Amino acid sequence: MPGLAGRMSTVIKAKISKLLDRAEDPGETLDYGYQKQVESLQNVKKGIADVVTAKKRLQMQSQKYEQQVVKLDTQARQALSQDREDLARAALERKAVIQGELQSLDTQVKELENQQEQLTENEKKLRSKVEAFRTKKEVIKAQYSAAEAQVQISEAAHGVGEQMADVGLAIQRAEDKTEQMRARAGAVEELEAAGTFEDMTQLGEGQDDIDRELAQLGAGAQVDDELAKMKSEIGPGGGDTPALGEGGKEGA
Amino acid sequence: MIVRISGEGQFEVPDEDGERLNELDNRAVSAVESGDETGFHELWTQMLELVRSDGNALPDDELVESDVILPPRDISFEEARGEFTGAGLIPD
Repeated sequence: MPGLAGRMSTVIKAKISKLLDRAEDPGETLDYGYQKQVESLQNVKKGIADVVTAKKRLQMQSQKYEQQVVKLDTQARQALSQDREDLARAALERKAVIQGELQSLDTQVKELENQQEQLTENEKKLRSKVEAFRTKKEVIKAQYSAAEAQVQISEAAHGVGEQMADVGLAIQRAEDKTEQMRARAGAVEELEAAGTFEDMTQLGEGQDDIDRELAQLGAGAQVDDELAKMKSEIGPGGGDTPALGEGGKEGA
Repeated sequence: MIVRISGEGQFEVPDEDGERLNELDNRAVSAVESGDETGFHELWTQMLELVRSDGNALPDDELVESDVILPPRDISFEEARGEFTGAGLIPD
């Protein structure tokens, strides 16, 4: 079968062949094969544990974003109450960017959770197959001649090998996904650091590249709306709110 | 025939379905090649549904090789495209 299924089948089968390319004394191959399967099963368990760890790290990142959203909102309000609309706008632009990141991160964490469930299910399948191989290898050793055994071994080993290759692929995809998310989170952190979020008073008139970049990220209309809404909430002359500097330290 | 849905498991599917699967697969490939993402996802879902509805899941301890292996359910359009440009799901 050509096409997607064809390519997938070919690639997986090539992997299995590479895994299984050892035709020596059938008895020895059997025990060796089983030993290798048990080792692979351990690696699979470790792979799943790594995915879980990565997922937890991303969940922590998501919490951090949530805190930043709150903090930037507070800063925007403080800036507005001191008639610093420019600062308020800068804070809201950042807030919009972080909110966007937060949303995409949460979606991906959910996807990762599904993948993790599936991985656990697949690991169970692999364990069953390895166990079946263990039983079968004893039967093969006891009942078959060398030539017959070779065929039987090959069949059984391919059955396990395919499952192994498949679980391996699933783990690799999950790892790739967490890696992408981590890289993206890192990029956002760099943006923040470069924009000195902690000290909003530094931002003033001379906008830096980061500000321009943030503004270009399509947050414009949303920021305008939010700014207008905030203005109407705060009303004119709300000068009793704490100074900006203190606000910055709260969430740090 | 034995069909594996990558990440989900193996199914025993009536041989007659092979032709239908093949046809859907070919159309999915055309969709990918012409950049038709919606069409691709529709065809892809149909393929998986066919295997799921007509096929019987093999027991976990069955040691048998699949005749066909389908990429995972959540394959993205980019990944599917990669299958044809060489940078497939599984780097060689």
